[in-house]
Formats: sequence, structure tokens, C-alpha cells
Amino acid sequence: MEVIAFFAGAIGALGGAIAVIALRNPFYSVLALVVHLVSLAGLFLMLHAEFIAAAQIVVYAGAVMVLYVFVAAYVGGIEEPIWEPIPGQRLLAPLLVGALFAELSIAVLGTALSSLDTEGPTVQIGFGSPGQIGRLFLERFLVVFEASSMLLLVAAVGAIVLAGRRRDDDASATGRGHEAEAA
Amino acid sequence: MDVSWYLVLSALLFAIGAGGVLIRRSPLVILLCLELMLNAGNLALLAFSRANGNEDGQVFALVVMVVAACEVVVGLGLIVAMFRRRLPLNVDDMRELRG
Amino acid sequence: MSATAFGWLVLLFPLLGSLSIALGWRVLPGRSAGWIATAAIGLAFACSVAACVQLLGEPTDARQLTSSLYDYASAAGIDIRLGILVDPLSVLMCLIVSGVSTLIHLYSVSYLTSDEGFARYFSYLNFFVFSMLLLVLAGNFVLLIVGWAFVGFASYALISFWYRRATATAAGMKAFVINVIGDIGLVLAAFLIFRELGTFDYLSAFDAAQGSFDVDEGVIVAICLLICVGAFAKSAQLPLHSWLPDAMEGPTPVSALIHAATMVTAGVYLIARTWPFFELAPTAADVAAWVGLATLIFAATVALVVTDLKRIIAYSTISQVGYMIVAVSIGAYAAGMFHLMTHAFFKALLFMAAGSIIGAMAGRQDIDRMSGFRRAMPFTSLVLIVGALALAGFPGMSGFFSKDEIIGFAFERGGMYSVMGVGMYLAAFLTAFYAFRIGFRVTRGEPCAEARELEQGHLAHGEPRNPMTGELEDTEVGFPGPEHHIAERELPMKAAMSVLTVLSVIGGVLQIPGVDEAITRFLEGSFEGSALFETSVPVGQEWAGLAIGGLISIAGISLAYYCYVVRPGITVRLAERRRRLHSFLAHKWYWDELLDTIVYRPTIAVGRFADSVIERVVVNGLVNGTVGVVRGVGGLVRGAQSGFVRAYALLLVTGFAALGLYFLVVSS
Repeated sequence: MEVIAFFAGAIGALGGAIAVIALRNPFYSVLALVVHLVSLAGLFLMLHAEFIAAAQIVVYAGAVMVLYVFVAAYVGGIEEPIWEPIPGQRLLAPLLVGALFAELSIAVLGTALSSLDTEGPTVQIGFGSPGQIGRLFLERFLVVFEASSMLLLVAAVGAIVLAGRRRDDDASATGRGHEAEAA
Repeated sequence: MDVSWYLVLSALLFAIGAGGVLIRRSPLVILLCLELMLNAGNLALLAFSRANGNEDGQVFALVVMVVAACEVVVGLGLIVAMFRRRLPLNVDDMRELRG
Repeated sequence: MSATAFGWLVLLFPLLGSLSIALGWRVLPGRSAGWIATAAIGLAFACSVAACVQLLGEPTDARQLTSSLYDYASAAGIDIRLGILVDPLSVLMCLIVSGVSTLIHLYSVSYLTSDEGFARYFSYLNFFVFSMLLLVLAGNFVLLIVGWAFVGFASYALISFWYRRATATAAGMKAFVINVIGDIGLVLAAFLIFRELGTFDYLSAFDAAQGSFDVDEGVIVAICLLICVGAFAKSAQLPLHSWLPDAMEGPTPVSALIHAATMVTAGVYLIARTWPFFELAPTAADVAAWVGLATLIFAATVALVVTDLKRIIAYSTISQVGYMIVAVSIGAYAAGMFHLMTHAFFKALLFMAAGSIIGAMAGRQDIDRMSGFRRAMPFTSLVLIVGALALAGFPGMSGFFSKDEIIGFAFERGGMYSVMGVGMYLAAFLTAFYAFRIGFRVTRGEPCAEARELEQGHLAHGEPRNPMTGELEDTEVGFPGPEHHIAERELPMKAAMSVLTVLSVIGGVLQIPGVDEAITRFLEGSFEGSALFETSVPVGQEWAGLAIGGLISIAGISLAYYCYVVRPGITVRLAERRRRLHSFLAHKWYWDELLDTIVYRPTIAVGRFADSVIERVVVNGLVNGTVGVVRGVGGLVRGAQSGFVRAYALLLVTGFAALGLYFLVVSS
């Protein structure tokens, strides 16, 4: 039972990932990523990380992906030219990436980490529950908690500054648009 | 399931994400691939957390999610700003730092 | 005050004189710079006399007094002090140097009155006397070398005194370069002395030398030969003599002081001072003696034909210094120093007279144009004849006793030294001849144009010209002043010349064989332990030698009388018949041409080779090659900075993969 669930989740995740990098239309890539994230949430559930799985669906697949969808809609499709200006990139990239995967796999499978070949210790009931996570955040990882909130604030401010409309920008944009229409 | 399955899956997803960063030219898609890599890392973290019976890994994964969200926000803001200035949305066209 | 305190004062006064004139020449009124300088040297002379008196108060074997002001370097086996050695030899030299210098300063006050560089001249001249006294009074080799170098510099400064004259500056440079060659020899000798004996101090070195070396051991011969190199450069002996005739470009009093009485005798003093080394290395002493002999014959032959008045006297100096070198090399120390003293007197006198004559000739120095000055300039003519008599060694004059004492000692030593003695007699004959070549040519015969003008009471005035090349000059600073001065009209010149005349005549009484031995007894304090110094010539043999010497000098004077007074023009006809010989002598045995070929041209060729091959090809090639390589590598590396983000990402991934591989390999 568990095996089937694992493979379903794995196939979903892999398929989504390959689709992200292979599809031409960025909008389709965004959607593929959503599929990937949901599959991953399933896998998280199997690892007794319920809260993380929920956060993944709600925050990641929910809020962050919606952000991506909006921007993809705003920006639109991009024509990716066929020709590759960097010599050797198309050849080396798959090779290196394959090498990377091979090394990581060897590291995982070939090491003497004894606990890898097991499921791990039996966990108590509250493992991965929001209560446990919350307690950890407020007791052991308080500084981390506070720092991440600071980070979120900074990111929000930064985003507004970056993408905010400027008076002259808007005027020139409309002005040029009018000229393009007239010409 | 053995934890090692999850780890190998995580490695594979990470490699695919890295390949996507190297191959694709649109900044939006590159950001998507970065998300792939981050999630692969999350998966590995959770796998280890399960293997050690320790919830510290899960807290770490949550923080990674926070960081990913912030990065996405800023990155997309950049893309929007580029679009506004009518710059071509192609990383190959931005090579002012050549030596 | 003790003798050493007077020794320090002897050094102090000329230094103060030089500095005060150098720093205050703008505020010094009129010609006071000259009087200050003369007074400074006069005081130095007074202190030398006082030191001499004090020294005579000591017993004979305790007359080597040292005094040190300042320990310059006292560490790790080196012990160099600012120390002087006051002993009979140095006091004798001080007396001669300061005494003759005072007279020459007095002479210069009127000789250079109209020169724009008056103050500079006296500052340099005082500095020269200071350095010469420093050289003489030095108590260790380091201070000796300091004095030696200062003297070289002062000589350069004074030879090129009329610095706008190209010939003068060239002569100054030539003198300096040749002097530096001597300096190298001396410094190397000092190094060897330090290495072998462990000290630079005179007295310690001389005491240690006896025990450290066998007779004629290689090292001591090397040391002595190197000392000889230094001595020969300073004293203008073969092969380092060619700077002295050219040095006549300087003002005549400079020639009198530096190139007759003092600087050229520094080499003689040096060999006399280092007698313990030379007595341990007879080979080197013999080499020095032969070189001295060769020089004295060579210079005497050249003086027979050269036509510039000052250059005749210059070659005469080279020849007479050759006598002194022979003397101190064969062990006749007292005779050598005696001749040094008498030579200082009569050579300075001759130069002073020459200066007066050149003044009368409005700056021209060609002896072929001079004649018949005996009515126009009676005082100068008398002085000239007296000086010539002393130079020729006429019986009774000072030069007679000193020169023949040297020759007598040579015969006493016998063997090869007798050959030297014969050579010296031959040169004495030539000396007598050319001394009166000057004497008769200038004073006898029909008065030349300038002489006739002077008889009218009118000093000749010509355009200012370079006496050697005839080039037209002006009389601003850097050239001689507009007026010329002769002894008859200037009291200071007359006074100085009179004193020297008297000394040239009566100076011989200090060392008449069989009667008194003042110099020998005085110098005993410096030469204790010297076997050669103790050697004395039997009185009868000495008088025989003196008689032969007197006859030779009379013969030479008579021949000169015949050639220049009785049958004038005979030498001109002889020169025409023996044209090649005459040309050979007149070109100074083609010595300068020889130097040009052996030294100058190869050096220039080496320099050209170094420039075209080593500099252009090798050095530039290396440097430019390195630049090219660096540029190439930079170009290669620049290729990695493409500006493409994805390329950088690729490099990143590559690095990561490589790192992973490394860790995998290491941990397996």
C-alpha cells in the first residue's frame, strides 16, 4: 500500500518536474509545477510531516503559485530562440547534471549510514503535528522564527519597491504607446 | 519505504531542476526551476527528519519554504520591472558584466 | 698643550677657514676671503711648529703619539676611530705642507685678485690643505683613505676651477678618474690588511705585521703592490701619470701647491709610512723602485721637448717625485723625505716664477714666444734662475744635497741598485739641461714683444684666450680674470717668492753629510726597527757622490748654456734632423694614444655591445617577453568572463560536481 502511494507521488513529482523544464509555454510550466508541488505534499504526508504537507498546499501551491500565475499572465509568453549563443551549453548541461545525480545517488546509497535502509524509529502520535512544530518554533527556534518574519517583511517591502509604478514611467509608457498607435 | 528511496528521488528532482536552470532562457522559467531545486531540498530534509525521529528537520523545511516565498516575491518583482521597462525577457541579452 | 692637541688644531684651522669662507663669502668684504684663508693656514703652520717642539721634548723612542676623538665603529672585531698619529714623519709632512701652503696662499691673494671666483678658490684651497693634513696625520687606514679621497676631490675642484674652459673640466675629470684607480688599490690594500692583521690602526698593524708574515709572502707582496697602485696614482708615476701635465689647466698657484709640493708627495709619504710592510716584501719595494726609475727617466726626456712652460715644470715634478719614490722604496727614507722638502721649496718657487712670467705674457704659456725677460722682470728672472739651480742640483743648493743623498744610498746598497744610481745620474744630467732650458730661454736673448712693453712700464694685455687651444674666452666667473699680475708689482707675490728663494738656497744645511743629520735624527722616532734606515753611507763615499753629482749638474747647465745662449737655434735644427725622435718625445712617448687604444676604445666597444645586444635583445626581450606572456594568459582567462548568466551557472554546477566527486573519492 505504502509502496503504491510512494510511486504515485514520485511519478507525479517527476512528471511535473520534467514538464516544467521541457514545456515551451511558461504558463504550462507554471501549471506543471503546481502538479509537482501537490505530489510532493503527498510524499510529505507519508513522511509523517502533516503540518508541512498542509503548509505546502496552502502556502506554496496556493499563494506562491498564484503569484506566479499572475505574473505569467501579465508578462505573457516569451519567444525562446532556437540558437544557443553559449558554445557547449546544450551539450555540457545534461552531462553535468547527470554527473551530479550520479554522485548524489552514490553518496546516498553507497555510504554506511545504517539508518538509511530502514524506515526510521517508530514515532509517537504527535510527530509532525502543528502543536509540536509550534512548540519547537517558540521554544528552541525562537530566533529563527523572528528572523524569518523579519525576512518576510523585507521581501514584501522590496517587492513593492521593485515593481511599483513610477510617475514618469507610466507617462512615458502611455506616451510611447500612443506614438506606436499613431505611426 | 526505505528512507533512501526518498533521498534518491530528491537527488533526481534536484538534478532536473539544475538542468532546467542551465537550459532555459526565460527568467520566469528559471525561477520555476529554482523552486524545483528548493523543494527537492525540502524533501531530503523531511526524509532525514523521519529517519532520525527528530522534528528539527521539519522546522528547517518550513523556514526553507519561507525563504523560497520571499525569493519568489523579489524575483517576480524584478521580472515585472524588466517587463515594464520593455527589456527583453531573455537572460542571454543581459550581459553587461562581460570581461 | 700636548703634541696631539696641536695636531688636532692643525686640522681644525684649515677646516674652519674653508667652511667660513664657503658659508660667508657673500658677506665677506673685498678680498678678505684670501686673507682669512692665509691666516688659517698660517695658524696651522704655527701649530705644526708647536707640535714639533713638543715632540722634540719627548725621548726618541717615545715619539709616536696617538689621540682619538671619537670611536667611529667599535664592534665585532672592527675598531675604527677618528684618531691621529703625531710622530716625526707626520709632523715633518705637516710642517712642509702647512709652511709651503701659507706662502702659496699669500701668493694667490694677489695672483687671483681680479678673478670672479676668488672666494671659491680660497675655500677649495683651504679644504685641500685640510684634507692633505688629514691624510698625513691619520692614525689608521680608514682615516687615511678619507683624507686620500678628499684630496682627490679637492684636486679635481681646483683643476677645473675655471670651469667654463672645456679643457680644464676635461683635465679635472681625467685627474679624478686616474685618482680613483689609485683609490681602488688603496682600499683593497686596506681590506687585505684588515683581513690578515685584524686591525686598521697603523701602530697595531705594523706591530702585528712582523709576526704574521714571512718575508716576501704572497699576501704582503700583494698588499704592498696595491699600496703602490694608490701611491702611483696620487704621485703621478708610470702608468698613472698622464693626469699631471693636463692638470696644469688649473691656476698656477694650484699647480704650485698641489702638483708640486703636496698632493703628489702623498704617495711618497704613504710608502714611507708603511715601511714595515715594504721591508717585509722586498719584491714589491723593488718593483716600486723600478717604476720610479722608469718614470724619472721618461719624464726627464719629455721635459726636453715640450713647449708649454707649465708642462715642462709638470714633467719635472713627475721626474723628481720618481726620485722620491725610488728613495723610499730602496730604504733611503730620510733622504727621500729630505728631497721631498727641498723639492717643495724649489718647485713651488719655479711655479710661482712661471706664474709671474705668464702674467707678463698676458696669459700665454708657450716657451717659444718667451725670451729676454731679464731686464723687464729682474726679480722674477733671479728667482727663476735660483729655482732652476736648485732643481739642477747645483753644488751648494738644497736640491744638490737631497738628490745626491738618494743616489749615494743607491750605490751603497749595491748590486741592482747601482744600476738605478746610474740611471738617476743620467736623469740628473737631463734635469740640469731642461731646468736651464727654461732658465736661459726665458731670461736670455732678445726681449720678446711683451718684454719690451714691460720695459716701457706697460704690462701686456691681450685677448683672453685658452693657452692650449687658442680659443677665445671672456673674463667672467669660470674664466680667469681680466688682469694679470706679476711679482714685480705685487708685494704678496714678492714676499712669498723671496721666502722660498731663501729656503731653496739654504735648505740643504739640514742634512750635510758628515756635518749634521738633522732630518735623519728627527725621523728616527718613526723608523725604529728598520734595518734599512740604520744603513748609513760612509762620509767619504757620500762626498764622492756629491762631487760627481755636482759635476754632472754643471755639465748639464753648460750644455744648456751652449745650446740656448751661445748658439741659439741649434736645438731647432736638431729637432728637424731627428724629426721622428722629436715627435716621439713631444707626444709624451705616445702615451695618451696608447691609453686610447688599450683602454678607451675597448671600453667604448664593450659599452656599445652591451647596449645593442645585452640591453636591446636580452633584457628588453626578457621584459617584453614576460609582458607578452602575461598578456596572453590574461586574454585566455578573459574568455571565461562571457557575461552570460547561464554560463556562470554552468561553471557553478561543474564546480559543485567536481567537489562532490572529490569528496566521494576521498571518503571511499
